[in-house]
Amino acid sequence: MNLEDLKKIREKAEKDIELRQKKTRIKIVVGMGTSGIAAGAREVLKTFVEEISNRNLLDVVVTQTGEKGLASQEPMIEIFEEGKPVIVYGNIDKKKAQGIVENHIVGGRPVMEYVIEAK
Amino acid sequence: MNMVRNHVLISIDANTIIAGARAVEDALIKEIARQGLSQEIVVLETGSVGIEDQGVVLVVYPEGIYYTNITPAEVPELVEEHLLKGRVVHRLMLKETPKRFVITKEKTGLMKEQPRIVLKNCGFINPESIDEAIAADGYQAAAKALSSMKPDEIIAEVKHAGLTGRGGAAFPTGLKWEFASKVDNPVKYIVCNADEGEPGTFKDRLILEGDPHKLIESMIIGGYATGATKGFVYIRGEYELSIERLEKAIADARSYGLLGTNIFDSGFDFDITVMKGAGAYVCGEETALIESIEGKRGHPRNKPPYPITAGLWGKPTIVNNVETLSNIPEIILKGAENFKKYGTEKCSGTKVYTILGHVATPGLIETEMGTTLRDIIFEYGGGIKDGKRFKCALVGGAAGAFLGPDMLDVKMDFVNLREYAAALGSGAILVMDEDTDIVDMLKSVLHFFKHESCGHCVPCRLGTARLVELIDRIAASKGTSKDVEGLTRISETMKDTSFCPLGQSLILPVSSSLKYFKDEILARVQ
Repeated sequence: MNLEDLKKIREKAEKDIELRQKKTRIKIVVGMGTSGIAAGAREVLKTFVEEISNRNLLDVVVTQTGEKGLASQEPMIEIFEEGKPVIVYGNIDKKKAQGIVENHIVGGRPVMEYVIEAK
Repeated sequence: MNMVRNHVLISIDANTIIAGARAVEDALIKEIARQGLSQEIVVLETGSVGIEDQGVVLVVYPEGIYYTNITPAEVPELVEEHLLKGRVVHRLMLKETPKRFVITKEKTGLMKEQPRIVLKNCGFINPESIDEAIAADGYQAAAKALSSMKPDEIIAEVKHAGLTGRGGAAFPTGLKWEFASKVDNPVKYIVCNADEGEPGTFKDRLILEGDPHKLIESMIIGGYATGATKGFVYIRGEYELSIERLEKAIADARSYGLLGTNIFDSGFDFDITVMKGAGAYVCGEETALIESIEGKRGHPRNKPPYPITAGLWGKPTIVNNVETLSNIPEIILKGAENFKKYGTEKCSGTKVYTILGHVATPGLIETEMGTTLRDIIFEYGGGIKDGKRFKCALVGGAAGAFLGPDMLDVKMDFVNLREYAAALGSGAILVMDEDTDIVDMLKSVLHFFKHESCGHCVPCRLGTARLVELIDRIAASKGTSKDVEGLTRISETMKDTSFCPLGQSLILPVSSSLKYFKDEILARVQ
């Protein structure tokens, strides 16, 4: 073991710990209430997780929340990004989720046609 | 790479294991798999998160939600509600997250309120993963010390930091290292005293269970600074989990070349052996501990010679406490000046306390030296249980002193407490409410000493037996006021004549209980 080895181990392991802490740029919140799940939120959540894993986006967190009270728009998701308005998307499915990751999360351009609110 | 959405940290330490943590862990893993979440949710073991007496404790990240008193029956609900649907189960959540439970790596305002040096990684990293320890600054100080500092520079830094022994005696660590480094002998040993025997103290156990690599790193630095190439950790045999984790940590460090030969290409060789003790209180005394490592009966030795000149197998030996050593990496990494920012003028740094007894939230905390007893009991300990009044606290374990209400606002550090004929000792704070019977309390303390007296010297062997006779008579309301005087007389004689600190320190609980509660004790004999 020399200093260089130690540094390498540290850098690799730091990433793993960072993941469970909150050093995040973007937070994706998926509505996982009963109506959300009935409308397919589970698959949407899974899609986000997969897409973000595949793209190795370390600074993005996916989490869930309960009912928003707007059942007709489920599955709903919210994107939180520091210094930017919160974007709410409605009626999301697997394909739209992939589009959101590609355009919004990676590209920085919200997909306006799915946006139901920006606050 | 797999994206992990949530990490569930389950606190696995001796207390939570008794409360059923393994069963909860199994149930969690199964339920997460059943819900198809295994790819997204990871369950990790960690050391104590500082919450005692609350059953099995879980922390869910990234939210940082603490759940307490979890049983396997609650697991399905927890997984479905929180991990699947994202709804915090308020019923099971730790209602108020006291300051001490806020563990954060960022230097926020909260961090200032709870300066964590020793416990920095406890309840945060997985103690069985050397990689996580390394990511959390582990072995960085050893790397710095061995590659860019000379032994005397390290000693100067530790001396300047003003670090003192945290086992109770408060001897300056830097000075001890300096003496040891100047002894000319090709073979030297560094011994870590993890024989934590003071009743009510369990800080070293939780440090070892939560961050064993910190101790290994500290011993490497200590060995390099003093010229010791062999380390021993003398640890209580009952501390099964500490031993298991420490042994795994040592094996992992060896496989990474952090122990062994030519560490960090410095030419320095070092290795550590774990020695199990059989639980005798007197073996916490350094010379008795050394005898025990040598395979002999745990009796204290004559001093001088001190272990520094002739210790283990007659070789120069440095004996340091777990908590003391665990401060070293921070001092080396961030410098003595930074360390001195914490604490009081005479005692720098932090102190780890175990709070127990009649407090609302018993547990483990680390605060700056000089924190008042009032803050520790009422702020960190959540105040007296069931809204009762504070009567007194036994500070420093059985060999400590009872402190009454007039001591609540005294700044607690080693130097300051000595002025009040009290001792910080091991950092155990046993809090008693107004309904506590002080005679009963003193009786159990004295019985403890009688049981633990090693029998080596007459004053302690006979003194503890006589004291027990007296207190038993007083407790049974059959004593006289002469018996009460006898308590003081005998313990004073023991203080002057006993061979080691075991017999010498009985005066503290006896005289302090008489100072505050003489009337109460006398009422039992009249």
